[in-house]
Amino acid sequence: MTWFKKKETPSQEEKAIDALWSKCNVCQEIIYKKELERNLNVCPKCSYHFPIQAQKRLAIVTDEGSFKELDRALVPVDLISFRDLKRYSDRLREAQQKTGLKDAFITGRCEIHQLPAMVGVFEFDFLGGSLGSVVGEKIARMIEKAIDEKIGAIIFTSSGGARMQEGILSLMQMAKTSAALSRLRKERLPYISVLTDPTTGGVTASFGMLGDIILAEPGALIGFAGPRVIKETIKADLPPGFQRAEYLLTHGMIDLIVERRRLKETLGKFLDLLYH
Amino acid sequence: MVRHYLDFEKPLRELEREYEELRRFAPRDDPRVSARIEKLEKRITKVREETYAQLTPWQRTQLSRHIDRPHTLDYIRMIFEDFIELHGDRGFMDDPAMVGGLARLDGEAVVVLGHQKGRDVKEMGYRNFGMSHPEGYRKALRIMELGVRFNKPIVTMIDTPGAYPGVGAEERGQAGAIAHNLREMAAFPVPIVVVVIGEGGSGGALAIGVGDRILMMENAIYSVISPEGCAAILWRDGTKGPLAAEALKITAADLLNLEVIDEIIPEPFGGAHRDYEGAAATVKEAVVRHLRERKDVPVERLLAERYQRFRRMGSFLEE
Ligand SMILES: [Zn+2]
Repeated sequence: MTWFKKKETPSQEEKAIDALWSKCNVCQEIIYKKELERNLNVCPKCSYHFPIQAQKRLAIVTDEGSFKELDRALVPVDLISFRDLKRYSDRLREAQQKTGLKDAFITGRCEIHQLPAMVGVFEFDFLGGSLGSVVGEKIARMIEKAIDEKIGAIIFTSSGGARMQEGILSLMQMAKTSAALSRLRKERLPYISVLTDPTTGGVTASFGMLGDIILAEPGALIGFAGPRVIKETIKADLPPGFQRAEYLLTHGMIDLIVERRRLKETLGKFLDLLYH
Repeated sequence: MVRHYLDFEKPLRELEREYEELRRFAPRDDPRVSARIEKLEKRITKVREETYAQLTPWQRTQLSRHIDRPHTLDYIRMIFEDFIELHGDRGFMDDPAMVGGLARLDGEAVVVLGHQKGRDVKEMGYRNFGMSHPEGYRKALRIMELGVRFNKPIVTMIDTPGAYPGVGAEERGQAGAIAHNLREMAAFPVPIVVVVIGEGGSGGALAIGVGDRILMMENAIYSVISPEGCAAILWRDGTKGPLAAEALKITAADLLNLEVIDEIIPEPFGGAHRDYEGAAATVKEAVVRHLRERKDVPVERLLAERYQRFRRMGSFLEE
């Protein structure tokens, strides 16, 4: 369960620059935002794959007009009245205003190169893409619907892990979603998981790593424990490239690293090869 | 055995020590001694009641990790017969933070496994404080699959701070090892009874925690993250563990209320560590009763009910 620190509040000047320009986290290149968007939010200089919003992701990988959202009406509740420095209910409201979404996950039915699949995408901007009850329920439902319709399922992950403000119920979403995938597997329907930057904690340790096919975007941070926790535990520096997609590929944990611009084509091919 | 006391038990410590000393060394026939013993007994009963009547979630967290608390192998020794430990994941190593094997429970052959902590410094290191590497979860899976193949019910015991966060653990697929257990346990066609005996720490606990019945000892905790870890992130202050323990709802009573567990197993007064045999007898009774109840359930129904058990967990509204 890693939570990523937010930047401190930027000045007016920085805000104005931020509106037009983005800085690459890796090569520090300053890129014109419009150009970045045209390039699917991939750095034109070093190919760093910027995190992207769920809707954008769907637009990139699904056939135009094919996506039909499901379970839009699911909204989170603060069952255990969780309060740290802030109330969970306030955090939820802020995240909803910021993202325009009810929770951190969008699901629906789509087609990729005319092949049908159930698809789910995390919205990292919503409380760090944390896995709570709504996300877990939406995943269980999309998997069950995939079984009903006898089609495959694809999930794009980007998450800091379980949503601790929902206490033990967030942990149980790992079991719930994995149980649903066990049923999909029994029906011999394909499940493809696409790990994007960053994917850690309970999301990796459940449906993230359960794909029949596991893909990752270049450079994505993927792990169970967050790098900071590991560093504190072992009291030593981490190996170069540790927990990056390329490192996981070398260590045999994922099938393939796929560049964003090839993602749709690759998913289409997998669906075709597994369906027919 | 030297008894260890937690901070909130300190008032009890002085009384119990004096009591023990009097009983062991003072002349019994001295009426002043027996009067003092009698007085102490009354006082101890009263202080015990005051100490343990209203334990806070943080105090239970401390009890769940109590160094004298019975661990998986203690329960196995006291509850099961003919236990034969099995070792290794058949791939990389034997993980001493996870133990398991075949045994007999109340006459019936079963598979039993659980996280294993250590009691002294040397054993704590050897057992890695009960924090498994991927091989621990894979060993658990292998032993459970053996049980499935020979139609043996499965009993698991949870007692871990969490999965080990290390370089090797990540390189060898910690996340995947946990995930596979979750998926496979969801569909094992034999009854599974899970007992949270101590510390139920996050995904590393859940990795052997999918079952038909989930029981939890009175002073055990089960949480998505350790209170200290949660405090460090959300309060930005690791010493706010007591606050986080409160907020996270991690006690057996909380989890029963949230319908995550099925039953609370009562502990001897003051905690399982004060009466091993008493604690073991209660655990045994509960596990045997639940296994017996699940034993003749047709597999299809068993699996459907296990699925629904987890399927309905969560809280949300549908607008
Ligand atoms: Zn760059």
